[in-house]
Amino acid sequence: MSKKEVVAMLLAGGQGKRLKDLTKSLAKPAVYFGGTYRIIDFPLSNCANSCIDTVGVLTQYEPTLLHAYIGVGNDWDMDRKNGGVFVLPPHERQEGSSWYQGTADAIYRNLKFVESFDPEHVLILSGDHIYKMDYQKMIDYHKEKNADCTISVVNVTLEEASRFGMLNTHDDLKIYEFDEKPKNPKSTLASMGVYLFKWDVLKSYLIKDEQDPASSYDFGKDLIPLLLGDNKTLYAYPFEGYWRDVGTIESLWEANMDMLSEAPELDLNDPNWRIFTRSPNQPAAYIAPSAVVQDSIVNEGCIVHGEVKHSVLFFNVEVGEGSVITDSVIMPGVKIGKNVRIHKAIVNEDMVLEDGAQIGVERTDEKEIMLVTNES
Amino acid sequence: MKGFVGVINLDHELDQLKELTYFRCGAAVPFAGRYRLIDFALSNMMYAGAQDISLFVRRKYRSLMDHLGEGRPWDLDRKRGGLFILPPDWHDPTDTSTGDLQHIHNNMDFFHRSTGDIIIHTGTQHVNKIDYKDVYAYHLEKGADVTVIYKKVDELMPEHGACRRIEVDESGFVTDIHQELDHNNIYLEAFIMSKDLYLEQVNYCIAHGKSYFFRDAIQNNPNHLKIAGYEYTGYNAVINSVESYYKNSMDLLCPDNYHQLFRENPVQTKIKYEAPAKYLESAQVHNSLVANGCVIGGEVDNSILFRGVKVEKGAKVINSIILQKCTIESGAVLENVILDKDVQITHDRTLIGDVKHPYVTAKSTSL
Repeated sequence: MSKKEVVAMLLAGGQGKRLKDLTKSLAKPAVYFGGTYRIIDFPLSNCANSCIDTVGVLTQYEPTLLHAYIGVGNDWDMDRKNGGVFVLPPHERQEGSSWYQGTADAIYRNLKFVESFDPEHVLILSGDHIYKMDYQKMIDYHKEKNADCTISVVNVTLEEASRFGMLNTHDDLKIYEFDEKPKNPKSTLASMGVYLFKWDVLKSYLIKDEQDPASSYDFGKDLIPLLLGDNKTLYAYPFEGYWRDVGTIESLWEANMDMLSEAPELDLNDPNWRIFTRSPNQPAAYIAPSAVVQDSIVNEGCIVHGEVKHSVLFFNVEVGEGSVITDSVIMPGVKIGKNVRIHKAIVNEDMVLEDGAQIGVERTDEKEIMLVTNES
Repeated sequence: MKGFVGVINLDHELDQLKELTYFRCGAAVPFAGRYRLIDFALSNMMYAGAQDISLFVRRKYRSLMDHLGEGRPWDLDRKRGGLFILPPDWHDPTDTSTGDLQHIHNNMDFFHRSTGDIIIHTGTQHVNKIDYKDVYAYHLEKGADVTVIYKKVDELMPEHGACRRIEVDESGFVTDIHQELDHNNIYLEAFIMSKDLYLEQVNYCIAHGKSYFFRDAIQNNPNHLKIAGYEYTGYNAVINSVESYYKNSMDLLCPDNYHQLFRENPVQTKIKYEAPAKYLESAQVHNSLVANGCVIGGEVDNSILFRGVKVEKGAKVINSIILQKCTIESGAVLENVILDKDVQITHDRTLIGDVKHPYVTAKSTSL
């Protein structure tokens, strides 16, 4: 294959346990978001919009749906003669076979794949986050700093810092320490899980890390400290803009609600930065005479007879007469009967709610997000 | 049977939709919030499994070509076969064909190379969900040479005036095709026949100086073909005037029509990556169709909003059809209006058309 300056490797093998039954039969990157998207649409679209046309997608947990979804990548303009999107699940090799042991191990096992493009830099992405980012700007920064590794960071509050991998830097943003979920954070720069490496550096450290049987083969926990220990040049790249880890039911719900504000920080309607997705190609939504739809997102294929307020309806949702939906996320294909009341809930794909059903109305905790799945 | 070969013939479709067909042919006219008229014919062929589809176009086909691309939404981006858009290209010095026979004669390669052996021949002015597999089963059962498709309408509408009528006997065979206005069996401009017989009839017509395949080979039936009539009973809308466009669009706000046209076998169209429609806190939307990419802050009643329409807070859209990417600024009032693509209605402007004769605005204008 011909040379590429940058190859992106997208880590999409995670289970996302804290999303509970939403990830029962699909990987976290395949979880729905924003009325029509799956989480993985964001990094893939960012690549497409940043003119990165070679992306390896590392899958492991429940990969079938994800593989089918990505297909040949045409929806993200990645059905290319030279480059494109490549799905990379763990595979059997002469030395034996095992699952990907960690994020770094997943890349290590695909060294030959990356090598085939003879890249200068490798961009490591994760399929867990909602954000729009021009990776080219980060690449320019990385080259300008002549860094061995550049890590994209967002500013968080000190209270939030204990939930993230924090980067402690000098004034010039040169990183001297990586602090995984610190109790006493020293900085407010949280790693976004977006790493840009010089390929020769990354390669040698992947090989080095792999020799250590005690390693957990993780970028944050193992590889970055290894580079720092050797005094390699690591820089933090400050990202400005909306970025959310939607790893829990609460954060997924909240990020969906963020899209409802009149001018959301993350504009999904920007013609210059489209979020591409596999379109379900459904007819225009039908809003009946009896319907009230306010402060909401309603996708095509929906038929609404009831009241929808401050909620997100994915495609092909039906809401019967007299039903009232507030502060909720209704996943694709959900059929809601008449006089149903749903408050502050996430209703999973293809659920059928019978007439008169009550969800989240009587609650002990106003903050709790009800999750409605076939399992519950 | 080896499969269907689709022929969509636009030669006889007049561009009668005023401003909507100034810059595009009828087949490319946007319909139902996110489609173009041709999508319905193509989707029906797709669901029948047609692998080769040719499109005979003669004029104003630029936006049609842009819409169709390689035909991917209809599964027609094939290595073998697929979608062929065939504009006029007559170079055969011995060619004596005229009328729509020119298209067929000059594109003989398409018919010879196509793998299917049954022709589905349609236009695009009839919006429906014909199941051609079922038509073919009927065709076989009748042992017919040609099967024409008609719908018995309960009520004759002005748009039916331009349609042919089909007289059928008790055994299901066609006894006459005419244009007597008081007859209710409307011909849907769709027939099927074997490719071999089709080409035989084409050659006959050319040899006899004919110029209109359907009229000269089937309607007048000089070769005494066995013509069966298939009665289609589902949803059908005839779009051949601004008035019929408006009325049939509005009819889609009736849930029964919406279900018939959209629920099974979703109609396929060009993919756009618009975000889902957004309704602001001030939105008042009733009895309307809303496509993605819309942002609604105002009042929308009995209307159809195509993809990417913005209705600002304080604007009112009533009984109107707003095509792609229009902006209705605050204070503007629209009633009985059709706005073509990219129209901007500025603050406090009022446009009111007649209930039966909507006011139509040409594309990319600002009022």
